[in-house]
Amino acid sequence: MRDKRLDFLRRGRGERFKPLPDQELEKLPDDVWHKCLGCRELLYDKDLEANVWVCPRCGYHHRITVHERIAMLSDEGSFVETNHALRSLDPLEFTIRDRSYKDRLLQAEKDAGVSEAVVTGVATLDGVPISLAVMVMEYLGGAVGSVAGEKITRAVERAHQDGRGLVIVSQSGGMRMHEGLFSLMQMAKTSGALARLQQAKLPFISIIADQTYGGATASWVALGDVIIAEPGARVGFSGPRVLQAIKVRLADDVQKAEFMLQHGMIDLIVPRPQLRGTVIQFLHHFKGHMRCAAQVVPSQANGSAGNQRRKDEK
Amino acid sequence: MNRLVSELEFEKGLSEIRSALEKLTKADPRKVPDLAAQRARLEAQYDQQLAAIYREIIPWNRVLISRHPQRPRFLDFAAVLFPDFIELHGDRRYGDDGAIVGGPATFQGRSVILIGEQKGRSTKENIMRNFGMPHPEGYRKAERLIRMAERFDMPIVTFVDTSGASALEEDEARGVSWAIAECLRTQAEIHVPIISVIIGEGMSGGAIAIAMGNRVLMLEHSIYSVIAPEACASQLWRDVAAAPEAATAMHVTAQQLLRLGLIDRIVPEPLGGAHRDPTTAALYLETALREEFSRISFEQFDWAQQRYERYRQFGQVTDTLSTTQKAPTG
Ligand SMILES: [Zn+2]
Repeated sequence: MRDKRLDFLRRGRGERFKPLPDQELEKLPDDVWHKCLGCRELLYDKDLEANVWVCPRCGYHHRITVHERIAMLSDEGSFVETNHALRSLDPLEFTIRDRSYKDRLLQAEKDAGVSEAVVTGVATLDGVPISLAVMVMEYLGGAVGSVAGEKITRAVERAHQDGRGLVIVSQSGGMRMHEGLFSLMQMAKTSGALARLQQAKLPFISIIADQTYGGATASWVALGDVIIAEPGARVGFSGPRVLQAIKVRLADDVQKAEFMLQHGMIDLIVPRPQLRGTVIQFLHHFKGHMRCAAQVVPSQANGSAGNQRRKDEK
Repeated sequence: MNRLVSELEFEKGLSEIRSALEKLTKADPRKVPDLAAQRARLEAQYDQQLAAIYREIIPWNRVLISRHPQRPRFLDFAAVLFPDFIELHGDRRYGDDGAIVGGPATFQGRSVILIGEQKGRSTKENIMRNFGMPHPEGYRKAERLIRMAERFDMPIVTFVDTSGASALEEDEARGVSWAIAECLRTQAEIHVPIISVIIGEGMSGGAIAIAMGNRVLMLEHSIYSVIAPEACASQLWRDVAAAPEAATAMHVTAQQLLRLGLIDRIVPEPLGGAHRDPTTAALYLETALREEFSRISFEQFDWAQQRYERYRQFGQVTDTLSTTQKAPTG
């Protein structure tokens, strides 16, 4: 018999929905309903999808796939993936008991359906040329090692080289322990590349998705010209497991987008249905030093561009 | 050498000789005629055993040495190497952090800026220094001093010794991640050379935040890691007791990291670790820094470019579509 609890994997939506207990599943028709993780209301998939997986009742932001995110932040058909063939060399030949990091990477690739914790590419967004990087929580919890750091760095360099705007959607559990200090060095590497991009007066829009911790937060995430978070996104320095190890307990509301906004660390909290439109507005404001973008005219209604496009797609 | 320091768990074999030595120091020389001879014999025994223990040293042992309560701290080294050091205070935004200390000094006849992470020794000092775990204002003070160095064309020497940046609610509220990221970016921007020395524990983001050196040195028994071995063990091994294994696997020692090309130089320590002979340890560090300075002093060189390239190459990746592999560093 088919295990309905695994449906979320088949549809490639990662862990957006936690599996339901068996007795509740019996009552549900296949692939039509889901229970909202925020208000536990049963919702039609098609209603959720039309609202980029934000609950229309309570506003809970369910996890979306890297592909859905790329579609949301690029003009249709404009995205060209870069550096997708980069793989880790396992420089430390890291093994936990009998399990090698190399095996773990192969498993992660199978589970997540992507080859690393970040997907990068070039695209246009409302006609503005961008370099786009989107992190993937499903791949080893979005942990940053040599490859993720290299891909982020190359995305920064590509923006610099072509005169594009840079947009990074981050979600990361922290630095990847399996690559030791090589992982930590990615903080310096990405910060160095960003310093050059920003000296060239090219914009970096940093978007925080649930959850973003550790080395990612303390390097590129924090260095955006504009920093936007999704509502309720968890964001902070030490992730929950590190805090547990150092025996620090933080109140639930501390490592949250709303807390960071209140304390002046981020610029905006933008609900996902408005995110595309907001990013477009910034790109048009900041395109002064972009090459081949000066002549791009903003589409008539920036603010609703995101919604507009999503309707067109249907 | 101070043979009376408390032993670490892997040095337990020394405790018997040490207590015998302690008894001798209290003994009345008039009642023990061959005191000097006895002491010399015990000391020779101690040194022989110490050398044997240190020949067999494993990475985990160095983790323990790097955290030894008597290990010399930044200000201990500064007192010997930079006697005219003047500490400057405050980040000009919020406060003055006790865990990061910095200011101008003279070395080899040249004005430099020193920045160091400072652990305490007494309980009172540890509270003042937050156990060497910097708050955001510490990194903002460091950033201010880095900009000062750039303005007045002074080389920077940074000393790393932290179990990690402070991670409490107040640190999140004042943006510890932001302070670290901005400190890194500022180091990428400046043109004066930076020499970074890991003198004790170099843990995670709180360490690299002030360690973006053109040259990175490590003391022989210091460690530098993406995460504490205990935290790695509890997450990946699901068992904190696997910390020694995690320390070996993560390559946290100076010797492992030099082989990987991630650091440039190991500064030797006296036998048994810097805490057994801080004066000699400071002398070894001074010698190393003198040599480093002879390379950077009064030279016209694009240090920003060299720094960019140094960090740009870190990371071992392969492009599976081409045969060119990104070679290991170094
Ligand atoms: Zn809901």
